[in-house]
Amino acid sequence: MKLTLSWLEDHLDTTAKADEVAATLTRIGLEVEGVEDRGRALAAFVVGHVVEARQHPNADRLRLCRVDTGAETIQVVCGAPNARTGMKGVFAKPGTRIPGTGMVLQAGIIRGEASNGMLCSERELGLSDEHEGIIELAADAPIGAPFARLAGLDDPVIEVSITPNRSDCASVRGIARDLAAAGLGRLKPLDTTPVPGTFESPLRWRRDLPGNGDACPMVVGRSFRGLRNGPSPAWLQNRLRAVGLRPISALVDVTNYVTLDLGRPLHVFDAAKLVGQPTMRFARPGETIAALDGKTYTLDPAVLVIADDRGARSIAGVMGGESSKTEDATTSVFLEVALFDPICVAATGRKLGIVSDARYRFERGVDPTSAIWGAEVAARMILALCGGEASTLAATGVEPGWTRSQTLRLARIAGLGGIAVEAAEARRILDALGFETTGDAATITAHVPPWRPDIHGEADLVEEVLRIHGFDKIPVVPMHRETIVGKPALTPVQRRTALVRRALAGRGMVEAVTFSFLSARLAAPFGGTDPALRIANPISADLDTMRPSVLPNLVDAARRNAARGFADSALFEVGPQYANDTPEGQTTIAGGVRAGASGSRHWNAPPRPVDAFDAKADAIAALIALGVATDGLQTTTDAPAWYHPGRSGTLRQGPSALAWFGELHPAALAALDVAGPIAAFEVMVDAVPEPKARRGAARPLIRVSAFQPVVRDFAFLVDDAIGAGQIVRAAKGADRKLVADVAVFDIYAGKGVEAGKKSVAIAVTLQPSEATLTDAEIEAIGARIVAAITKATGGALRG
Amino acid sequence: MQNIDQIRTELLAEIAAAATADDIERVRVAALGRKGSVTELTKTIGALAPEERRAAGALINVLKDEIAAAIEARKTAIETGALSARLARERIDVTLPARPETEGRIHPISQVVDELVGIFAEMGFAFAEGPHIETDEHNFTALNIPPEHPARQDHDTFYLPEKADGTRLLLRTHTSSVQIRSMRKAQPPIRIIVPGRTFRADHDATHSPMFHQIEGLVVDETTHMGHLKGCLIEFCRAFFDVDDLPVRFRPSFFPFTEPSAEMDIGCSREGGGLTIGKGADWLEILGCGMVHPKVLANCGIDPARYQGFAFGLGIERVAMLKYGIPDLRTFYESDLRWLRHYGFAPYDVPTIAGGLTR
Repeated sequence: MKLTLSWLEDHLDTTAKADEVAATLTRIGLEVEGVEDRGRALAAFVVGHVVEARQHPNADRLRLCRVDTGAETIQVVCGAPNARTGMKGVFAKPGTRIPGTGMVLQAGIIRGEASNGMLCSERELGLSDEHEGIIELAADAPIGAPFARLAGLDDPVIEVSITPNRSDCASVRGIARDLAAAGLGRLKPLDTTPVPGTFESPLRWRRDLPGNGDACPMVVGRSFRGLRNGPSPAWLQNRLRAVGLRPISALVDVTNYVTLDLGRPLHVFDAAKLVGQPTMRFARPGETIAALDGKTYTLDPAVLVIADDRGARSIAGVMGGESSKTEDATTSVFLEVALFDPICVAATGRKLGIVSDARYRFERGVDPTSAIWGAEVAARMILALCGGEASTLAATGVEPGWTRSQTLRLARIAGLGGIAVEAAEARRILDALGFETTGDAATITAHVPPWRPDIHGEADLVEEVLRIHGFDKIPVVPMHRETIVGKPALTPVQRRTALVRRALAGRGMVEAVTFSFLSARLAAPFGGTDPALRIANPISADLDTMRPSVLPNLVDAARRNAARGFADSALFEVGPQYANDTPEGQTTIAGGVRAGASGSRHWNAPPRPVDAFDAKADAIAALIALGVATDGLQTTTDAPAWYHPGRSGTLRQGPSALAWFGELHPAALAALDVAGPIAAFEVMVDAVPEPKARRGAARPLIRVSAFQPVVRDFAFLVDDAIGAGQIVRAAKGADRKLVADVAVFDIYAGKGVEAGKKSVAIAVTLQPSEATLTDAEIEAIGARIVAAITKATGGALRG
Repeated sequence: MQNIDQIRTELLAEIAAAATADDIERVRVAALGRKGSVTELTKTIGALAPEERRAAGALINVLKDEIAAAIEARKTAIETGALSARLARERIDVTLPARPETEGRIHPISQVVDELVGIFAEMGFAFAEGPHIETDEHNFTALNIPPEHPARQDHDTFYLPEKADGTRLLLRTHTSSVQIRSMRKAQPPIRIIVPGRTFRADHDATHSPMFHQIEGLVVDETTHMGHLKGCLIEFCRAFFDVDDLPVRFRPSFFPFTEPSAEMDIGCSREGGGLTIGKGADWLEILGCGMVHPKVLANCGIDPARYQGFAFGLGIERVAMLKYGIPDLRTFYESDLRWLRHYGFAPYDVPTIAGGLTR
């Protein structure tokens, strides 16, 4: 919402300057987005009279002008084709900054002739792109007068951001009322006295709204005849231009002006173009209308229209129709002053995608009493600008009831607002805002004015009082603390999730945050094909599917980084994936990818391609951060389809899969248009059991053995398909008390080992706790280990 | 005993000539060993006359000590020399780079969330979460935003496909939906913060279709706007690490709070940059207000008894302001150069005790 200071002063008796108005508006909740004082840059430009214009002796295209500036008569060299004797133009003297060019004007000699100023074009003043000639002012423009005032440009423009609840402030008058309540002046009375009609309107409204009269509870019509349409007066055009509207004709300008001035949208039909009686009705299925924005809309029966015998002529509350619009030759019009259901207008506007000043006000709520007074105000203005005569009012429907009252306990202001406001002050504020109040020292009864559909409860009145009284006056109170030392804010699961991030970053991975949605192309190889997880209205096809996994975005990021010259990347994200559209379908995953090589070339540590064991280490580190005892995990070879089937695995705790890791499937990489290898992991954070509640923080007592551990090496010949993990598990199981650790230190296949077999060498650490192991005991446990491994794997001890 | 002097001269010469540890050991054995020359000399004492024995014994002992000391000194010298030579041989080029170990980075959003949680934990808030795919009820209606309410136009909502029953789920447009979930789950007192992903169908230089908010909610019997101001002023000063940060509260409108306000903090744009603190300008930082009685009632909480405040702020926005990150869209581009530059060290966990600002 834009307004100018002089326009505001039509409603507000004030001496405040624009800056003070702006500061006050922001303070009371009408946020000012900007104050534009166009006059300031034009202060030095005055009306100049070209006393004489003659040919420059040394240049065909230049003229020598003698210009009377009001203060002196000086010579100016001018190149404009329209510079001529007797005209009045806009003059700038040397030293003036020219807004259109940003240059400071210098006096000079042009082709041997002195030039001591400039006659300006609109472009030079920054008013438009017009540069064909210099500005020509009216013959009666006073010589030496400031141009800005003459052009109505000395009026600062204030832009206010109106919150959706304040339909009343979508008008200059509403803003003036709030300012008056804030003490910035006095609200002037508005003249709504009836304009007597001289004839009965030949056009009468019909409301054809069976069962849905609320869509348009009331509409007032008024006919005008004998009008002279044409351009509206300069003051009106200036105001409309200042707030960003294009003047069209007196009749149209009046409707726009009243919309902005009083928040009362109006529409005028060219009466000669209407056939039959104007009717409020819902559109017929498939009915079309060419609207004033030049577009044709197809309507449906939920759209309210104003129709006549020819069909829909206007979209009710949203936009008029091209076929019934007024033109310069129009001499008779039918004025529409209607009340519409805000939801009906909002739904129509949203469906048709039309944003208009009328829609904005109707969907936020228009003063129900304005149907009558709007017809009077509009009539007064139309008659003043266009002459002619007005009919009596033709109204139909009933003004919806709006009278209601709301009580406000002064104790509630203090209880909710944290500041005590005296009853007299609270009533002064409410009265100034148009609430009629009664009451005593404890309770106020406020009668809500018809232009405040947003006021429904006591809290609303608390806000009205406090925003005018001043939020800055509310004393600052610290939050009450239950304990001096704070309590943890995170649950144990949240704390572990935070720890996973730090753990992965500590392993050299870089954390990314990527969108929750991606393209179907990226989602498909990762199982994302559920149509229920497609976005119905994506901003682009690249972002139309909820991600089934955190990996595709990370893989795509690795691809982009590689394209920028960083082929070796290690990225992770701790974030959501979506298995279905329920809250339970959203789970937290710690996922990561390593692409390219393990590092850059190094004199001592040559890089190698990333592989499944990088990903396995990452996954295990994440699980440790999540509090999982990873010693007890099993690795199975059943990772999902986007992993390389022979180079991936699942980390399981019992039956529950806690993580997947491995190299990504070449087909998935190809679908994502990325070169491999990429090692990836996904840790299912939510699958990790919550930590057991413990009594106290004490840890179990440490038990360190006083006896020397013994390490024994074994090598087994097993089938190639046997996992080393089976051997390790069997070794550990041979004596859970004595076997402290089993490490795989060599895998060998090739010469000396028959085809289809491999040799697996393990180092078993035996830790006695009672006494040092004797050779016989070591011998015995060694035999048990060999037996257990042989039984579990069918392998044989290698000689 | 002319013999003694001769032996001394010969041995000292041999000692001086010894070049290696083996040489000196050979000399030692030849002199002081069981059959060494000095040892043999000792054996001759017995053959002497009793009155000569004492003097001869003393002379031999002096010789023995002198030779032993000379051997020891020479041995030390040889060892020192050998060590020096070995050290010289073992020299490496220490200007070579060490074996590579890359340190990762924490994304600015995660770091800032940790900072925010740290501050609000001090004020007794607990961390809460909620789903991203939400119902219209949780995201709008229960928050006092009925269908076709103009406030919905500001939200540019993403929808999922319409279901058979005509309903459609949406991506939450704000973390305020978690207010409803939390209040329906537990009776007051409630004091929670909710950081998380939010979604709006808007994509340009200053809008991203996904961004992060943090929501705060306090509901009890006594919390009023003075507490709201106290809590949020304390927060802004701690977060931006500016003790005298100017603040102001402007009346505003949110359907789910009444009264509603926006909070601005002071800043200066002098010299082209932006500095948070005392200055000529204001910067909008968050929206807040007293929880609307209808919202409380929608959640089964008696608005005649309970009240409180709620606030919401954009995490990227405060991260950009605090750490001077110029472009919102870069947060999600996963550009390694950006992440390394604006990211945070993994072990640098912000705490109140250790300071929040990095």
